[in-house]
Amino acid sequence: MAANIGILKRPVSTEGVWGWITTVDHKRIGILYGVSAFIFFLIGGIEALLMRVQLAQPDSTFVDAGTFNALFTMHGTTMVFMVVMPAGAAFFNFLVPLMIGARDVAFPRLNALSYWLFIFGAILMNFSFFKAAFPDVGWFGYAPLTTSEYTLSSSTDYWVLGLQIMGIGTTAAGFNFVITILNMRAPGMTLMRMPLFPWMTLIVSFLIIFAFPPLTIALTLLLFDRFFGTNFFDTAGAGADPLLWQHLFWIFGHPEVYILILPAMGIVSDVLPTFSRKPLFGYTTVVFAGAVIAFLGFGVWAHHMFTTGLGAWATAAFAGATMAIGVPTGVKVFNWLATMWGGSLQFKTPMLFALGFISMFMLGGLSGVMHAAVPVDTQQQDTYFIVAHFHYVLFGGSIFGLTAGIYYWFPKMTGRMLSERIGKLHFWVMFIGFNMTFMPMHILGVLGMPRRVYTYSVEQNWAGLNLFVSVGAFIIALSILLLIINIVRSARKGEAAGMNPWAAATLEWAIPSPPPHYNFAVIPTVRSQHPLWDEEANAVEPPPLPAHGEPHMPDPSYWPIVVAFGVTMVAGGLLIWQATTWVGLFVIAVSGFIGIRGIYGWVFEPVAEESAERVHAHH
Amino acid sequence: MQYLSGIDDHRTSTGLDNRKMLMWAFLGSDVMFFGTLIGTHLIYRNRNLSGPQEEILSIPITTISTFVLLMSSLAMVLALAGIQRGNMGQFRFWTAIVCIFGSIFIGFQMFEFTEFAVHYGLTPRTNLFGSTFLVMTGFHGTHVAVGILWLWSILFASYKGKIHQGNSLQVEIAGLYWHFVDIVWIVIFGVVYLIGAYGAEGRALEEVPHAARAVGIG
Repeated sequence: MAANIGILKRPVSTEGVWGWITTVDHKRIGILYGVSAFIFFLIGGIEALLMRVQLAQPDSTFVDAGTFNALFTMHGTTMVFMVVMPAGAAFFNFLVPLMIGARDVAFPRLNALSYWLFIFGAILMNFSFFKAAFPDVGWFGYAPLTTSEYTLSSSTDYWVLGLQIMGIGTTAAGFNFVITILNMRAPGMTLMRMPLFPWMTLIVSFLIIFAFPPLTIALTLLLFDRFFGTNFFDTAGAGADPLLWQHLFWIFGHPEVYILILPAMGIVSDVLPTFSRKPLFGYTTVVFAGAVIAFLGFGVWAHHMFTTGLGAWATAAFAGATMAIGVPTGVKVFNWLATMWGGSLQFKTPMLFALGFISMFMLGGLSGVMHAAVPVDTQQQDTYFIVAHFHYVLFGGSIFGLTAGIYYWFPKMTGRMLSERIGKLHFWVMFIGFNMTFMPMHILGVLGMPRRVYTYSVEQNWAGLNLFVSVGAFIIALSILLLIINIVRSARKGEAAGMNPWAAATLEWAIPSPPPHYNFAVIPTVRSQHPLWDEEANAVEPPPLPAHGEPHMPDPSYWPIVVAFGVTMVAGGLLIWQATTWVGLFVIAVSGFIGIRGIYGWVFEPVAEESAERVHAHH
Repeated sequence: MQYLSGIDDHRTSTGLDNRKMLMWAFLGSDVMFFGTLIGTHLIYRNRNLSGPQEEILSIPITTISTFVLLMSSLAMVLALAGIQRGNMGQFRFWTAIVCIFGSIFIGFQMFEFTEFAVHYGLTPRTNLFGSTFLVMTGFHGTHVAVGILWLWSILFASYKGKIHQGNSLQVEIAGLYWHFVDIVWIVIFGVVYLIGAYGAEGRALEEVPHAARAVGIG
């Protein structure tokens, strides 16, 4: 391979920091996603705690109104785009190839690019803190309020561009997992033999590739309005529709909530059978219920807009479609219950979190059906009742489900067990703290406390419940501390996990923990939905390496981070362009060149010389 | 190139190449991009407070550019047929034709945008029509430009021996993209130009826009 046109030779080493920067290994990328998501979880959590300190007392002056706006904006944006989505991506990355019997994802370098775009976009958005202030327009960024006519601060530009870059990375990841799951399955792993987690990943990936374009376009239009003076959201001067943004945003935004919850449903659907010691009840219906939820999810966006005056027919249609989503969701819940029915239940920590997921998600789902009814929603719109609802589905649902996943697969990822004792304590502290925090919000909402207010007066009689809520929030923080302690303890003296500590049924448990970089020495042949339960032989020892040595895996690559850097700096150049035109144009030109050069380098990248020799030696 | 398809010794579950499936998935996603832009344009039809709108669209001129773009798709088919049969001359000739026709289309678009700016004073900042029309067709033009760049790169690589009958899939994937961009244009031509120009309020059918007169047709 003489034609090494790159300035950068293809890297070989997987050691050290460079090994992580150039990695294309899905397991390492999964860990990068997971660690990043956890750090942002702590940041978003601190933002929440600051809000709860402010709201604990009436007429509090702990933070001012502007800061409070920034806090709820960044709390929402962080938790949705930098915590739950990348946490889901962490599990997709680490587990999906293992669960379908593949050695990696379909496009390893594209996978690395997705991660780098995500982390650079997240950093860019948070960088606004040093330049101007945190974005303060809400996680939904409603235009025309976000046009430069009403929001001068460049923090909104950081919000738009950061979200845009993260969105590109997410969309690329969506493509990658659609192809991986459809095309990279082991022999015999038919779609209807796949575990539920890869199934939900497939559905989420389809949601991503169809739901993110409307957001990308909406952000682009807003960007053009703010930077180049177009009129997409100029209601006063050009007669633009004040609801255009809301439509575009929620056409993305409602599928987005299923992007956030379906991975957790997949995790729970795989955890429950393991700890009930029996197969998932109604496998086919659980799969199709997930697909139906995703499909209907594209037809309900206007239930976020019931109070905007869409007209009776439109409102009724969206209300009906919204209630219809309760049906497949209910199907799932009953299947989970039936899975446990008559099983030999083992209340290990992952099982506790899965049960917490089912019960808390149920409550969130029920309040969701409540405000699917338009007259009820009209009362509840913009009150704490809504805040209570979506925290029951996003925290009680997604976070409990993802935490079940952490406890379930941590042994597979690290080779060490987490402490059951601390884990159970973590669960109960989090469960109690969660309900103390969010259950009273229902009552506050019914009492009329609006969302996003930075304070309230004594006469409004919300003080007692708010103080209670704030105490609950700190109890949640305590539970997260327990998780950190558990992980640190496990790293230092956790007992070895072995291949299959939970005696589970799926393929990821048929290989060592942590898995070797090539995953499967020999690609397994699958004959049933529960390969490790049905074929005892598979569960004993992984087959030995074939005679010609380790399977040949893709070499690491510099290009993903180079391309991601180029893309991010084009956005950076746009931000500079606002202040100093020529410097901005220069940065855009240089980083645009880096990005395009990176793409060409990527396409024509040779295999590393050392590994080329290695391959040669095999033949 | 081999790593684009992931692990080379692994046959795919569906039998379809990973890269080809990626292109199909991307095109599915791209439908949503264009759908959002065209939808926004249609929502804003006849809502302009001032300035020119759909009546300035020139059907005669755009019919010619549409024809050129459609013929580029024919050339794309012939180029792919060439490389699949190992006929590199045919492949190179027709790929160059695709690029040239695509460039002619871009030229028409630049002429149209200039006409609008110079004679009607229409820019993206003028009114809603200016914003939605120019951003939507500009987004499409960018797609065409990327396709041209891609196909030139493939043509160039074929002279270096990097594109040959054995990896004609590279050409097939670029072709999928190229045809898709053409199909999107047919939608834009029908929904935006034909319905727009002939459905515009207060427009007499026989009235000929300035652009058409300028080049002596219509």
